[in-house]
Amino acid sequence: MDELRVISMIFILIGGAVGGAAVMTWFERRMLGVWQDRLGPNRLGPFGIFQVAADMLKLLGKHDWVPPFADRPVFIFAPTAIVIAMMLGFAVVPFAPDLVIIDMNIGLLFFLGMTSLAVYSVLLGGLASKNKYALMGGLRSAAQMVSYEVFMGLSLMGVVMLTGSFSLPAIVEAQRDWWFIVTQPLGLFVFLVAGLAESHRLPFDLPEAEHELTAGFHTEYGGMKFAMFMLGEYLGLMLISCMITTLFLGGWLGPFLPPLVWFFLKTAVVILFFILLRAAIPRPRYDQLMSLGWKVMLPITLINLMLTGAIALWQAEATL
Amino acid sequence: MIPVLFYVAAAIAVGAAILAMTRSNAAHALIFLIVSLLGIAVLFFLLGAPFAAALQVVVYAGAIMVLFVFVIMMLNLGGNSQEKEHDLLSFEYWLVPGVMAGILLGELVIAINQTTNPLVSDPVLPKAVALSLFGPYMLGVELASMLLLAGLVGAYHLGRDFLVRNRERSS
Repeated sequence: MDELRVISMIFILIGGAVGGAAVMTWFERRMLGVWQDRLGPNRLGPFGIFQVAADMLKLLGKHDWVPPFADRPVFIFAPTAIVIAMMLGFAVVPFAPDLVIIDMNIGLLFFLGMTSLAVYSVLLGGLASKNKYALMGGLRSAAQMVSYEVFMGLSLMGVVMLTGSFSLPAIVEAQRDWWFIVTQPLGLFVFLVAGLAESHRLPFDLPEAEHELTAGFHTEYGGMKFAMFMLGEYLGLMLISCMITTLFLGGWLGPFLPPLVWFFLKTAVVILFFILLRAAIPRPRYDQLMSLGWKVMLPITLINLMLTGAIALWQAEATL
Repeated sequence: MIPVLFYVAAAIAVGAAILAMTRSNAAHALIFLIVSLLGIAVLFFLLGAPFAAALQVVVYAGAIMVLFVFVIMMLNLGGNSQEKEHDLLSFEYWLVPGVMAGILLGELVIAINQTTNPLVSDPVLPKAVALSLFGPYMLGVELASMLLLAGLVGAYHLGRDFLVRNRERSS
């Protein structure tokens, strides 16, 4: 019976995540329209929501072409890697007290591992395309992701220290008194920026950078393979938002409403914030991105880690 | 159930490792190496070391191999190097290393046969790993960090030299 419950949850989650990602393409364009004082796609159906179906039909109808000079097996494998890795990452997200596919004592590390595996999609896509723009995009993403991964992991260690566990449900339970956004503001800030860089969305979309690299790593991709890259990107955005909700915004905790509703409300607010960032911030230069990472983010993380450790030790002394 | 999963993961890890050695295309070899490392992560997990499994994915498969792919991209190896690589796979090159590895494998099999039941039922939790790392193995951790610092300083020195030379040339 328990297996049946988990299996049905997996299928609901896959369907929900893919459907959510599809709707988000429309939602994002509408919200960008609002913030940039224009309309966005508003013609098909109520508020233009059927634009999603139209886009999907267009992508399905496109010629599924592999360039003759490309490294064929790697070229075809690359877009699937990001979708698989991001989907697996959802397995440890606790949506409500009992609504989690697997509660591992290394849940947080599992999430970090999956996001770091998602990098291969961009890398291999760029490498297999045998195209200079794609290669440049892949190179940039390799350097960007490896550097931002370092303090993405470190920024979460403050949360782990205060909880005393890598298990995500335990982290949510530890936020009954204070959400970690209050006690770990620096951790949240660094995780937000690193998450943005890991999902390579607009302020940090240097691997694609339209006006320098045409389309970066997915220059040679079209049709459904391109759609897989986009699906992976939106899944990544949703996964990062779910993790921010879980780690810093108290997860399912909240008064009156049922836990699941609280979780989705908070996640929606975080996603909205990510879309607002996309509308508001211009893309930095590549060297600016790297020096921001190593010269600003890393010191902030280390200071946060040191302060948190000191306070945790002091409190432990006080309770003795 | 766990022995079956173990042997499947082990077969994938070994098979991918063999394929990684015999591919002449560097990018393909790296992909098989990544698969092999992920297989080893599954083995760690099944053997009751979930923390080691997670670190295997985050550090080896997720960071170190990314740097390997990065280097392959920087070098941009074409068909020429692929042919050269193909020549290197000839019998006379791998005979001696193969024999030596075979002897080591034999020793390993004998050693494994002498231990009883390597599968543990209760997993080693992250806390236990941390307590042993910063308890009895403190010296090892400190030495490893010193080694990494040396690498960091070396890389900084090389990079700085390069920057200075470039500036002199441009001025």
